[in-house]
Amino acid sequence: MPNYFLDNSDLLYHFEKLNIREVVSLYEDNYKQAEKYSYAPVNYEDAIENYRKILEVAGDLAANYIAPTAAAVDEVGATFHDGKVTYAEGTQKSLEVLAKAELMGMIIPREYEGLNFPTTIYMMSVEMISRADASLMNIYGLQDIARTLAQFGDDGQKEKYLPKFSNGEYTGAMALTEPDAGSDLQAVKLSAYQDEKGNWFLRGVKRFITNGNGEVLLVLARTEVGTKDARGLSMLVCKADETVIVRRIEHKLGINGSPTCELQFNDTPAELVGSRRFGLLKYVIYLMNRARVGIGAQSLGIAQAAYEEALNYAKAREQFGTPIYNLPVIANMLIEMKTTLEAHRSLFYDTCVWLDRKEMYEIEVEKLKAEKKSVAEMNDKLKEASRILAFLTPLTKFFLTEGVNKIAYDGMQIHGGTGYMKEFSIERLFRDARITNIYEGTTQLQIVAASGGVLNDAVGEYIGKWLGADYKGSIQDLLKYLLEMREVFSECLSFIKAKKDTSYQDIAMKELVEMYGSLYVGCLLLREANEDSKRLFTARRFVLDSHAKAIKNKELIMSGIYSDILHSDTILI
Amino acid sequence: MAINSIVMVKQVPDTANISGQVMKDDGTVNRALLPAIFNHEDRVALELALQVQDTHGGRVTVVTMGPPRASDVLRECLYMGADEAILISDRKFAGADTLATSYVLSEAINKIGDYDIIFAGRQAIDGDTAQVGPQTAEKLNLPQITYTEEIIKVENGKLTAKRKIEGGYEILSSKLPVLVTVLKDAVSPRPYKARRIMTYKNAKTLLELEKMTEGNSLLYIDQLKEEYIAKKLYIKTLTMDDLKLDVERCGVAGSPTKVHKVESVVLGGGKHDMFEPSKAGIGDLIDKLMVDHIFG
Repeated sequence: MPNYFLDNSDLLYHFEKLNIREVVSLYEDNYKQAEKYSYAPVNYEDAIENYRKILEVAGDLAANYIAPTAAAVDEVGATFHDGKVTYAEGTQKSLEVLAKAELMGMIIPREYEGLNFPTTIYMMSVEMISRADASLMNIYGLQDIARTLAQFGDDGQKEKYLPKFSNGEYTGAMALTEPDAGSDLQAVKLSAYQDEKGNWFLRGVKRFITNGNGEVLLVLARTEVGTKDARGLSMLVCKADETVIVRRIEHKLGINGSPTCELQFNDTPAELVGSRRFGLLKYVIYLMNRARVGIGAQSLGIAQAAYEEALNYAKAREQFGTPIYNLPVIANMLIEMKTTLEAHRSLFYDTCVWLDRKEMYEIEVEKLKAEKKSVAEMNDKLKEASRILAFLTPLTKFFLTEGVNKIAYDGMQIHGGTGYMKEFSIERLFRDARITNIYEGTTQLQIVAASGGVLNDAVGEYIGKWLGADYKGSIQDLLKYLLEMREVFSECLSFIKAKKDTSYQDIAMKELVEMYGSLYVGCLLLREANEDSKRLFTARRFVLDSHAKAIKNKELIMSGIYSDILHSDTILI
Repeated sequence: MAINSIVMVKQVPDTANISGQVMKDDGTVNRALLPAIFNHEDRVALELALQVQDTHGGRVTVVTMGPPRASDVLRECLYMGADEAILISDRKFAGADTLATSYVLSEAINKIGDYDIIFAGRQAIDGDTAQVGPQTAEKLNLPQITYTEEIIKVENGKLTAKRKIEGGYEILSSKLPVLVTVLKDAVSPRPYKARRIMTYKNAKTLLELEKMTEGNSLLYIDQLKEEYIAKKLYIKTLTMDDLKLDVERCGVAGSPTKVHKVESVVLGGGKHDMFEPSKAGIGDLIDKLMVDHIFG
């Protein structure tokens, strides 16, 4: 029987080489949880064995239960009738089987019936679920909502909601977007007001809410009357009772199994999560950053599926008397796809580990403060992790979501006319991929978010260390390309800084983020190839390609090509 | 009323992946070369037992007779939700045919006692005999419902089930206790539960505990066993001595079945006869079928 964990050698590679000893120890309270829970690990090796076994189950369910439903789920989609949203039959059944396997509370603490897994492990499951059915990920992946409540909710809220997330009785939604507040969430208008007893109520409309029909809604709302910016926004949680009306669901290009709802709140009773005024600034940022990484996992899953489809098709399809797989042009397209897929997976799980570190350090700092112990060392680690993650999260979202679009595009191209037809899954994967670089912040916004990290050289210390290390013979050659890339990047950066033209910088930032990000990924691949020669081909392809692109980008930036932006009206109108 | 079930399960070679060297010269299977898996119909049987438990309460106990490594399927049963798992294992049980197997299983079930329903898969994919269930029922002097597609109800000391027969089905009722064998499509088995996996991955049989003590002078088997029982991680292990069995009826000694010969039969197309679609043609066809002993 197929298994999306055991069959995927690249994913297994990343699992085997995980180094999350510190993170797991912090998650497990130095393994003290084992005294209380029979299913808590007693040491690091035991924890890894747990993760492996559970990922095997997820891989089995993804391959054998979920994947076979994907085509029908896409065809029927979630439906809306008489104000009620109904999942496609396959979606419903998949959610049931995932709940029975106790996988819906993977990142919820054990005291609330969850598995207390690190985010990195959870993301591996998200990748596999997405490979099986990208639209199911939009519901499965909402475990981040429970996680946000676990992080910031009070004891009563956690008690009330989390165990039911864990057992699959509740799913959630994050209600952020409004008709006039999409990328610009500061403009959120939905109002939250209090009665004389201090109880909160919600009134207003939210749009494009993934799984808005879920039982528990985290709502970004304006609690401070008269404010217009982020500082007037708070986060509230509510049960979707009769005062929450689903007005419609959207008809979409892809991820049809996931209902996208317009919600109307009619004086809905709600509770404040955390402190007032920190809704967007703290809690939504936390949730969004996790969700962005989640979309990375979704992209990886779709990309894996698209690659497999293309590879299988190329082997089976005969033209000119041979499987098209044997045609160099096709084989090369497949190699390009696989290189991107593997390079992006390396970036992705690196980002996940940094996310785990950052969150655990945060908790640890609080704990040390409460115990009145010295926090200096932990604070330094937290600062570093935060700085790196602030760059890696948008970079990952940018690279992986653009990457999956290209992989799905090429995957369809390899299918030829057949791939354009509904009968082959590549058609669905192509459509499903398209949303990934749009929602949870478009690529253009990810570049803006990553620009700070580029300008302040967020991962420079690591790049410097890795480029200065010793490598085996064949890898030494690749190192030269990366060293040159670093030079090229520095030249471009100095050029942009000296130019003092913010419009030009904004536009060129795409190339700068690409260069700097590829340099980082190139280093990751170099290190992998040094330890495992099987990975040399991926590293070589990626580094040579990134190097050539860097040279091209340098030419572009230094040519002053974007200066015509000053004349955009003349050009465009 | 709480209903207690015993489920008979088997670890089988994964016959979906057979290669040339797997068949030994004597016609038996070289199990060491094949991955061992949980016989699917037995997993379905366990699911039915767990569904009865979901509705009526009671305990679900699984038993398997097999070599030490059969403990893998027992752990999988615990992952699914079984309350207790029991391994019946002894070198003297090796080479058992269905007669010897059902003898050992029935004696073990007698010893376990306190059951209302015994579930088993219809057959195991290695032998495909479908005999162990029925023979066990005979030895225990129990009524049996084979080829079960659905348990319709369990009430008032009776079980009603839908059973597949050629060209249709029949609905049978039996008083409890009863033995039920189950078809693979009866229900879809539930997935393994994450928290049970992490708990019971450490469950051990007596044989595995003994292995742990080998070469470790600091471990004493009795102490270790007590420890595992206290942690609820002990897989009860029954041997020949525990069951006080007749050695002549176990293993190879108790197995009259001998594999005479194994051959690979390739079904090829042969010559064919044409018959006219007329009365005379049909008459010729019937004559031919009678000559070939297909009719009459």
